[in-house]
This record gives sequence, structure tokens and C-alpha cells, in this order.
Amino acid sequence: MMKKKEETANRPDNTAFTQQRLPAWQPMLSAGIVIPGFVLIGMAFIGIGVALFITSRNIQVLERDYTGDESNSPCNTCTHSSPDCNCVLNFTLSKLFEGPVFFYYGLSNYYQNYRRYGVSRDDSQLSGDVAYFKNPDSNCAPYRVDSKSVPIVPCGSIANSMFNDTFRLYHIVNGKEMEVPFDGKGIAWWTDYNVKFRNPSLVNGTLKAAFDGTVKPINWPKPAYELDPTDSSNNGFLNQDFLVWMRAAALPDFRKLYRRITQGDYAAGLPAGNYSLKITYNYPVLSFGGRKKIVLSNVSWMGGKNQFLGIAYLVIGSLCIVMSMVMLIVYAKFKFPDDGS
Amino acid sequence: MLRRRLNRLFGGDERRVDSRTIYVGHRPCPGSEAFIPPKFCDNRIVSSKYTVWNFLPKNLFEQFRRIANFYFLIIFLVQVIVDTPTSPVTSGLPLFFVITVTAIKQGYEDWLRHKADNEVNKYLVTLLENGQRTRKESEKIKVGDVVEVVEDETFPCDLILLRSSRDDDTCFVTTASLDGESNHKTHYTVPDTERDLELLNATIECEQPQPDLYKFVGRMHIYRDDQEPVVRSLGPENLLLKGATLKNTKKIYGVAVYTGMETKMALNYQGKSQKRSVVEKSINAFLLVYLCILVSKALVCTTLKYVWQSKPGQDEPWYNHKTQKEKDTYLYLKMFTDFLSFMVLFNFIIPVSMYVTVEMQKFLGSFFITWDKDFFDPEIQEGALVNTSDLNEELGQVEYVFTDKTGTLTQNNMEFIECCIDGFQYKYRDSRTELDGFCVTDGPVSKLQQKAGREKEELFLRALCLCHTVQVKEAGPGDGGADLVDGVDGGDGGVPHEAEQRGFIASSPDEVALVKGAMKYGFTFLGLECKQMKIQNRNNDIEVYELLHVLNFDPVRRRMSVIVRTNTGETLLFCKGADSSIFPRVKQDEVDRIRMHVERNATEGYRTLCVAYKQLSAEEYARVDAELQEARLALQDREERLMDVYNRVETGMSLIGATAVEDRLQEEAAETMEALQGAGMKVWVLTGDKMETAKSTCYACRLFQRGTELLELTVRTLEEGGRKREERMHELLLDYHKRAVQDAPPAKGGVTRRWSSPAQEYGFIIDGATLSLVLNATPEASASRYKSLFLQICQNCTAVLCCRMAPLQKAQIVKMVKNSKGNPITLSIGDGANDVSMILEAHVGIGIKGKEGRQAVRNSDYAIPKLKHLKKLLLAHGHLYYVRIAHLVQYFFYKNLCFILPQFLYQFFCGYSQQPLYDAAYLTMYNICFTSMPILAYSLLEQHISIEILLDDAKLYREIAKNAMLRWGPFLYWTLLGLFQGLLFFFGVHCLFRNPALQDNGQVFGNWSYGTIVFTVLVFTVTLKLALDTRHWTWINHFVIWGSLAFYVFFSFFWGGIIWPFLKHQRLYFVFANMLSSVSAWLVIILLIMLSLLPDILLAVLRRRNSPHARQKKPSQSNMGGIQSPRSSARPLLMRTFSDESNTVI
Repeated sequence: MMKKKEETANRPDNTAFTQQRLPAWQPMLSAGIVIPGFVLIGMAFIGIGVALFITSRNIQVLERDYTGDESNSPCNTCTHSSPDCNCVLNFTLSKLFEGPVFFYYGLSNYYQNYRRYGVSRDDSQLSGDVAYFKNPDSNCAPYRVDSKSVPIVPCGSIANSMFNDTFRLYHIVNGKEMEVPFDGKGIAWWTDYNVKFRNPSLVNGTLKAAFDGTVKPINWPKPAYELDPTDSSNNGFLNQDFLVWMRAAALPDFRKLYRRITQGDYAAGLPAGNYSLKITYNYPVLSFGGRKKIVLSNVSWMGGKNQFLGIAYLVIGSLCIVMSMVMLIVYAKFKFPDDGS
Repeated sequence: MLRRRLNRLFGGDERRVDSRTIYVGHRPCPGSEAFIPPKFCDNRIVSSKYTVWNFLPKNLFEQFRRIANFYFLIIFLVQVIVDTPTSPVTSGLPLFFVITVTAIKQGYEDWLRHKADNEVNKYLVTLLENGQRTRKESEKIKVGDVVEVVEDETFPCDLILLRSSRDDDTCFVTTASLDGESNHKTHYTVPDTERDLELLNATIECEQPQPDLYKFVGRMHIYRDDQEPVVRSLGPENLLLKGATLKNTKKIYGVAVYTGMETKMALNYQGKSQKRSVVEKSINAFLLVYLCILVSKALVCTTLKYVWQSKPGQDEPWYNHKTQKEKDTYLYLKMFTDFLSFMVLFNFIIPVSMYVTVEMQKFLGSFFITWDKDFFDPEIQEGALVNTSDLNEELGQVEYVFTDKTGTLTQNNMEFIECCIDGFQYKYRDSRTELDGFCVTDGPVSKLQQKAGREKEELFLRALCLCHTVQVKEAGPGDGGADLVDGVDGGDGGVPHEAEQRGFIASSPDEVALVKGAMKYGFTFLGLECKQMKIQNRNNDIEVYELLHVLNFDPVRRRMSVIVRTNTGETLLFCKGADSSIFPRVKQDEVDRIRMHVERNATEGYRTLCVAYKQLSAEEYARVDAELQEARLALQDREERLMDVYNRVETGMSLIGATAVEDRLQEEAAETMEALQGAGMKVWVLTGDKMETAKSTCYACRLFQRGTELLELTVRTLEEGGRKREERMHELLLDYHKRAVQDAPPAKGGVTRRWSSPAQEYGFIIDGATLSLVLNATPEASASRYKSLFLQICQNCTAVLCCRMAPLQKAQIVKMVKNSKGNPITLSIGDGANDVSMILEAHVGIGIKGKEGRQAVRNSDYAIPKLKHLKKLLLAHGHLYYVRIAHLVQYFFYKNLCFILPQFLYQFFCGYSQQPLYDAAYLTMYNICFTSMPILAYSLLEQHISIEILLDDAKLYREIAKNAMLRWGPFLYWTLLGLFQGLLFFFGVHCLFRNPALQDNGQVFGNWSYGTIVFTVLVFTVTLKLALDTRHWTWINHFVIWGSLAFYVFFSFFWGGIIWPFLKHQRLYFVFANMLSSVSAWLVIILLIMLSLLPDILLAVLRRRNSPHARQKKPSQSNMGGIQSPRSSARPLLMRTFSDESNTVI
């Protein structure tokens, strides 16, 4: 009896796992699978590619550079003049610019993704935590406190360098300028507006009082609570332009959403005709070799215009088809005995 | 060992003590000078490494001595000190994890050691103190204490046996825990000590502690009140070792001679030297490459950063002013910290987790060897044993196999086949059919039906019965079935018969075979009691002989003798030994008649021994006795002096006869050898046996085939020319070299050579004497020349046989091959103590759990019960382990290259500002959670070819020979794949982000979305790449691969779904969810995954074009071999050896 027990104790377990005999699926990439697979994938890719390509082609885009470094450009005068310089950019639409139209501004050679720049913010401050109003995060330096050691709110380079050109678009109908209404809502991420950024709780019913004991960022003309004089709810950290700016761009050439055109007569799009864009030129870019532009675009299910995806899908799809053809020929010629089995 | 040497070095002048003096029972002795109690260490065993206090510093120090850990520590410190892009947590957390896990493991192991130590140290033992029996903790035993040990207790320290409860002043001991030998060994009390230990007044003088378990030299002075002190010699037979267990004896008393860390057990307790595998060397080489990549990346980025900043406006644009501190920093310091920052940013290219994964793979993977039931041997009730898991993959890389013959190729299960008495041949047939057991066969020499005289017959059989050190296993009531007897009971499956059931215990199976052989012929050895040997002769009378002396066997003399006194008063010396050591010591006229038989038996593969005897006159005996006593008492050079006496005694004997014992081949020995050769390994047989015996074994194992041309370089061939040995050897070497190397078709190098040219196969035979001539030729220059000639010849031979080897020579040969050109991977397999040196020397040492004790097993890296298991161990396990770990290593480097490359490329688009592309959580988790489990599962479970096919087709082993999967070619492929995919990930998403408005509501994505898309593509691609490579999908693979992808998605949602209060920046808040709401992001992810896997799919299909051919044909090929092989083995051994003999060159 004892010996028997010993035997079972010493003998290795005869289980599938210990004997490395677990039932296993042993896939083989044989031509029988790969060729039809490639054809299918190729077809699907070409299908998607065509859809993407057509969609992307149908997206209308209007881009205008208004940096103003060339002498003939309308904003040339503003490049070396005082702030709040106004210049006008005229353009003509030859056909209806389908709506909803999105109005972007674009900057290039602008490194929002610079590391020191990217960390130069205080998310606790921006979530309305008043404790950080007194003592902003050290990453905000050199825009943490002003020369008198008063804390800056919102602190940091990103906030300080917020884009402050403003635009107004006029449709010229019969020589009369009709302002195209801009919609400033819904240009920032929903979660940014509703969760991530919070204004400090009001003191005595005003936002201004909540900002007591702090100063505005050095480059800002107005403090945060007065960012939008027209709409009191669009102030403080919940200002949509501010939210858009605070989401740092991925690449040095970027665009950011400025306004949507969704209201009134222009909800269906911008009709053909002449337009003039009045720009309040504040933002200096020439010092670091940057450029500024505005972009009017409508979007589709895939977002803004981007030919890359459509073309890439078409290329890969056709590549798959071609390769399956080549493989078919090779296999037909050399006849592999066990294929298909 | 070291300590001893140190003792010798430093203690040299001050107290040159080669021996220690022990006062039994701490009683001062009348004869000696003033009693100074000598200082010895206490009996505490300390095997633990740490204490509670020093654990943390000591363990951390040990861990950071590892270069990898140190590297990560440096990275971590840089992150803490310098302003770096990623928080110290990203590298600190994995490092902390690794260090903690290792520390916990080591701490636990040490705790176990503490526990074990305590168990030993606190064990209560009984001491005799001033006539009182007192119980004390074991650690309090001092040298000189008299200790009482009862049956089945282990000895608490090394003791000299003073008194035993047995009548014959012996006790039985098993040393299973020391050397694994479970048989009972007899130990003797010191003769002439008083029965009453109270009155014993004695000192013991013995050598300083040394680790050899089987050596002990000492001397005991016994003082009696009025007489001269009596001196008794002490040897290993008087010494009871700590760790051994008392058996079959009620109780014993002994005096402690070595305690605590000075016991032989403790001295033997030391770690073996670490063997490193080739894979590890490859890893280190690859690491170096990646380190270069890392440094050059950091250098490139630093340089470009300053070039870029020198352009106007770029250094400090108005929107991104520097802090005062940054402005003040010295430029070169800034450059240096920038460089460090880049290093930190890219350091993930060398992952800390790879070491953990590799270790885990090795550790867990080795279980599959222990678990394999094919390695389970029902006879010994044991499976395979893995002593180190570091070498699993090395099993797949073996190029040279060095095997022992006896016990490895053969079973070491000796069977008495025939004997030759006085020139007449006796072959044994079943004793039950023929009553007297003797029958004469058709020996070509002996005349038919003729026998030697009855007197000679009986003398011969008595010699067999007396000349041995076999013990009879008592089947007493004390040891029931639980006791393990070295299973050589006589019953070969026959009817239970009292005589046949008798168990014999001996150190060598030959002896048992001889005693049993004699038993078959009617002479039964009944046992040894009180120096009386009892024999039952053919007439069932009991003959009693007094055993006077045993001249022990040793490998140098190659013989052993006993001196006995018959009841008629005659003194006889019986001697048995190898022919070469007996023939010169007997009268020459008798030799020729027997030599023929011996040689013929040897060619048939039997082990032969010659038996001689000599009558000693009373004066002669008296002289011999005195000499032996004197030599035995010697404290210095005892061995040499004994040997000298032995040699003088064993002369002028007369030859009685010779025996032939068959050592059958191991099960499937031939098939195994064939498979090994088929797998491209070269098999060398290293044996201490005779050339003829060994050669026939080689033929039987099919190491030499009929067509094999044998090149012999032995003493025999050297002496043929009649010239000086060295000249002749030189000549032969050149000749063989010409034949085997130069005339052979041009080698393509490596293993492929032999298989492309089936022209002529060569076998090489060399013996120990010639080998030492080759290796130790007088001028250094010619020695190295001979050596290289010899090596070149051997490398072109299919099999090499080295016979008459001393254990050390075996190791020498292994070392020579190991260090030869190309550093081939060597494997040694053996079962006995004489194989230990070569097992330790080779890259992989395999021990066979055979009959010759456990020495080989203890020193091996892997131990298997039978030779036949070697085939599966190498061809299946080794192959799989190698493929698994090679893939693991390559994959790890690959996945980290395409992980970090986008981050590097991103620097060109962020002003070289060390902006990380991925969030810190992703950086940290990538190697720990998202991609680690699938590769671990793969590296444990993958079977790219099923085990059956691997075993069927040995040639598959050659596909991975010479580290095939970890050479620069495959490494380049994986690196290029990583580069390609990294570029693709980054620039694919870059193209997409030319317009960052990717959502249908026109909103734009920021930099963290960019990184998350790249990272998602990355995680999916590397996981699916592994899925593509997986050929063996068990449910575990499915679970782990799909599970870790699901986990990634789940984690990303979770990580981005909450505002984490401990994070400074909520970078990823809802980034992942927003990404998924964008169709374009989905499409680009699918596109990039597809595109990056495309080359791999194509390659897999193209490779498949060849493999079905190979795999389809292979089974049929091996079938053919299978039909052929039984035929060749069916041929009688004898016929084969003779017909093959004709192929021998000389």
C-alpha cells in the first residue's frame, strides 16, 4: 500500500498540460487560406479606399494665409504695428460652400508640443481648485508669478500664449456687408468643457471675486473672467477658445477650430459670392518664423479633408490583390501538393 | 576548499597544524603535557545568507551587482536628479517591482534555510558528560563531546565511532542525504577501546577538516593507567558523517571530531560554478547593439537640438520663455543634461522586463522536463531532475556528446557469462536443467568435454567467493519494506528461493555478479561476521575463513586482494583485477593459455577479470601484516605507503582463471546514438574500459558502422613500428590527418560537411596513455601541434572512442574540444563518480541515475534515469526550448525597437524637446502588462513542430544548430522589421495628422491623441505579430493574446475615464474614448496594422513553400530507417565485430 502511494507521488502527473499535449489549434498559412484572404482584404480595402477618396474629395476647403510678411498681403501693415490692428481679407466663393462650415485658424512652425511648453500649466488650477490659485505649480515658471510675486491665474506658458487674433466674416450681398454669425459653442471637447476644466466657485456671486489675489497672464489684455464680454458663461477657464488652445497640438503645423457656422441663413452653407474677413491682428509669429492662416472647411463622417487615408487604402488594397495574383500564378506553376488540405 | 587553502597560507608559520588533537570526553590525558582545551568552532550550521538586520542592504547590494539592474538604477537616478521628460516612476516602478520580487523570493528562500538550520541546530541530542546523560541542543556540541545516537537518527556532527550496541562492534549507516547512495554501509568501532566509556582515556589526532567524504586519516592514543599508550589507526570506516543516518543499530556512542561548519557535509555544501548559455551571450551582444542605438539616438537628438536652436527665433520663441535658472545654466552642462534626458526618454528600448521574462521562462520551462512522464523510470521510481534551469536552451545546441560507457551506454547490470579455469572454458547454462551447473561449450581452444581439474575449479570458485567486499543484506525484522536495498537480489524472476533471494550489497556491480556467478556453480557466500567469512560449498558444507586483510580496489592498481586464513591454518592471498595489471604479476607460463580467452571475451564486449592466488608462509604473512599495520597508522602519505605495500605483496602469484561478465547495452542505446548522430552531433565515448570491450560496445551502439574506417592511435599501434613512441605517433597522426582531413572533400564548414559527403566515414580510437603523450609532448610547440592535428582528425570523424581514460583525462578532452575553433557546445553524460569531472567541464552535464551512486547526478545540470531519455531531452525539449527562448529574445528587442522608434522620430517634430510621444502610463505598462504575457505564454508553450515529428526526424535538430536563430542574420531581420514598423506607425499617423480635425464634429485632436493612436497600433501589431508566429494555439495562448489586447482597451478606457487625483496632468482624460469616436482613427489603425503585418504574412507563405516538402517526406524517410535498423541490430554482435574488424586500418 505504502509503496503504491510512493509511486503515485513520484510519478509525474499525466495531464495534458504537464506533458505539453494541450489540445492546440495549429494554423498554417497555406496558400489556400492566404490567397482568398488577400483577395477579400484587398477588395474590402479598395471599397473603403474608394469611399474615403470620394468623401475626402467632396470636402470643400478654403485656406488663406494672412501672416502678412509679403508686402502685397493685406495684413502686411499689421506685422509691425500696435496691437488690435485690423486688416481685411477678401475672398470669393464660386459655388455654395456646403454647411455646416467650420472655421479654423492655423499656425505653423509653432511648437505647442515643446516639452517645457506642454507641461507649463497647472491642471489643478484649471479644475477650479482655489488652493492652487495661491501657489501655482512650479512647472508654470517663468509664468508662475509676476514680478511682484503675485500668482498668475491661469499660470504657465500655454495659457500665456493663448491665440488672440479675432475674426469676423462678412458676406457681401449687393455691396452690403452681412455678418455671418459664428457659433462659438461646441468647438472644444465635451469632456474638457464639462469635466476637466472647472471655474472656481463664485465668490459673492461673481467670478471676478474668485480670482482675487491673482493677476492675469502677462500677455493677456484681459483677465480670464473677462475673456468673452458678450457671454458671461463663456468666461474663466470655460471659455471655449481657451479650452481649444489648451489642448496642445501634436505637430508644429496645426490648426484649431475657431468657430462653426451653423446659424441663421448660413446653416446650410456659405452661398457663392464675395466675402470679407476682418481680422484683428494681435498674434506675432514672424519672430520665430511662423505663419498664420485661416481655413474654412466642411467635414464628413471621416472628419476634415485628408486624401492620405483614401489613397493609402486604395494602394494597400490593390497591393493585396496583386500579391494574391502573383501567389496564385506561383502556386499554379509549382503545384504544391498539400495546399488546400 | 578556499578556506583550507587560506589556512595553509596564512596559518602556515604561526601554527602549522596539519592535524588536530581531540581529548575524548575532555579528559586530560596522563601522558600529555598540560591540558589546554583547544578551540574549535561550535556545532552550528549556518547555510543562510542573511539575517534580519543585514537583509536589506546585503540583498540590495547583491541585486545591484547585476549589470542590468545597475543600469536601470542609474536611469532612475538620472530621472530623479535631472529634469527629464518622464517621471522617475516610469522606470522606478518596474525596477522596484523586479527588485521587490527578487528580494521576496530570496528572502523566502533564506527564511527556509534559517528554518532548516534551526531544525538542525536546535535538535536535541544526548551527550555523555561526566557519566551523566544530558540532553542538549545540537548546536552546543563541542569537539571532544561523547554523543549518543539511536537508530534512525542522523548524526549531529562528524563522530568517531567508539561503541556500538551491536555485538560485532559495527554499525550500519546510510548516506543517502550526503551522496544519495541508499545502501547500508558498515562502520567499525575503534578496536580495543573499553566498553565503558567512562574509563576511556584517549586522545585522537586527526587531519584538519577537508571536504572529501571518503577520506579520513587519524590516530587514536588510548591511555591506560599503567600501560604504554596504545595507538590505533582511524580511517573513513571509523568516521560517522554528519547528515548520515544510523540504521539497523540500536545505538552508538561516538566522539565529536569535526563540528558545525567544519563537518564534511558543511564543507561540501557549496554552490557550483555558474554555467552560462550561448543564448545569454547572444543577449549580451544584442544588448550592446541596442545600447549603441540608444546612445547614438540620444547623441543625434542632442546635436540636432543645438543645431536647430542656433537658427534665429527657435531657441526661445516669445511664447515659450525659459526660466531664469535655465538661462543661467552653463551651456555644456545643459547639453549634458539634454543628452541624459534623451537617454532616459529612449531607455525603454532596453527593457528591464526582458530579464524577468527570460528568468521566468527558464524557471517555469524547466518544469516541463521534470513533469515529462516519458522520463519516468518505473524501476527506480523517479523522473528527470533539473538542477539548473539556466541551460534549457543549450540542450538544443549540442554539437559534441561525450558519453561514459559503463552504466551509460551499458546498463551496468552485470551478468556472469562464462569463466575460464586453467585454460578451459566454462559457460554457464541454466542451473535448473543441468544439475551440476557446469558444462563445457565449444570453445575453440578447449578440447571438447574436457575440464580442468576439480581442485582448480574449486580453488577458482573459492577465490570468487572470498575475494570481494560484498556484504550480505540481512533481512532482519528491523528493516521492513521501507528500506531500500541496492536491488541486486539474486532472483531473476525465478521461484523464490532462499539462497537466490539473498541480497548482496557492493560498491561495484561486477563483484555482485561474480559472487552470484560462483553461487550458480555451487559456492555460496554466506556473509562476513566477526572477520569470519562463511562459504557454503557444493557439498552444502560450511567453510569458514578468517579474513585477515582486504587490499582495497583502486583505479590505479586496477585490482584488489584479500588475505584469508583457512581453517587448516594456511594463509592465502586471492587477487582479482584487470588482465593488464594481473599478467605481469603471475608466472608467465600460465598467462598464454588464459590470455587468448580474455582477449576473445573482450572483443565480444564482456568485461574480463583475471583471478590469481598465492600462498603465504607464516613468516611472509607476519612481515606483510606488520607492514600493513604500519602503513595504516601513518598520518602522512598513508595512501602512498599502503599502495607501496600492496604492490609488494601482490607479486609472484599464480593465475587460476578469468571471468567474463556481460554488461548489457542500455535500452535503446543504439537508437539513441543513431538519433544523436542524425541530429548532427558527434559522439565521443570516453571510458576507462579496455579498448576491445569499448570498441565492441561502439559497434553495438552503431557508433561505428560496418563501413567506418577505424583510425587507431593506441599503445598497440605505437609499439608496432619498433621505433620511439613519439616518432611513431607523429607519423601516424600525419597519416591519419592526410586521410581524414586533407583527402576528405572540401568542407563547407560546420555540421553540414559530413552530410553532404557520404563518401567515407572515419572512426578514431585513442587510449589514455597515448592521449597524455599527445597532450604532454615534451616541447611545448610540438604538443600544441599534435593537439591541433588530433583535434582536426577527430572533428572529421563520425565517432571517437577514447578508452583507458582516467577521470581527469575525460575532463581534459572535453575542455580541449570546448576550447577548439568555433567553441562548439559540448554535453557530457555519465553516471559514476569518475564522470563528475567531465560533467562539470562540459557546457551541459547530464547525470544518469544509475547504479554507481549519486555523485554524477548531484554534479550534473540535468539528470535522467536512462540513456534513452537523452534523445527526447535533446531532440524535443532542447529544440523547443531553444526555439522558444530565441524567439523570446528577438521578439523582445523587436517590440521595444518599434515602441521607441516613433518616440525618437517625434523629437524631430517637437523641437528636440524630449517630449514623450506616449503617456507615462503607457510607457510603464507597455512591457509589464500589455505585451509581456503573450510572449511568456508563447515561450512556454510553443511547439512549432510537434514533439512526435521532432523525435521522428533527428535532422530537424540541425536546423537550429550553431545558434541559428540568434545569429546576426535573424537579428538583422527582426531589427529591420522593428524599424519598418516603427517608421510606419509614426509616419502613418503623421500623414493623418496633417489635418488634425478627425472627428465629424470638426474638433481637433492634440498630441496625446497622436501618441495614443500610435500606441494602439503598436500594441495590436506586436501582439498580432506574435499571434502570426504562434504555431501552437492552446487555450492559454488564446486567453493571453486576446486577453492582453482586451486588457489594453479596458485599461485605456479606465485610465482615461477618471480624473486621477494623484496626477499633475490629466493628459489622457478621455483621449482614448475620443479617439474611438473618430472613424478616421479606426481606419488608420486598421490600415497600419495590416500594412505592418503584410511582410510577415508574405514571408510565412513563402517559407511554407519549402516546409511542406520537408515535413511530408520526413516521416517516410524515418520509416525506411526504422525498417533498416532492426535488421542491422539483429545481426549477432559477434559476427558484426569480426566482420567489422577487417575494416580496421591496423
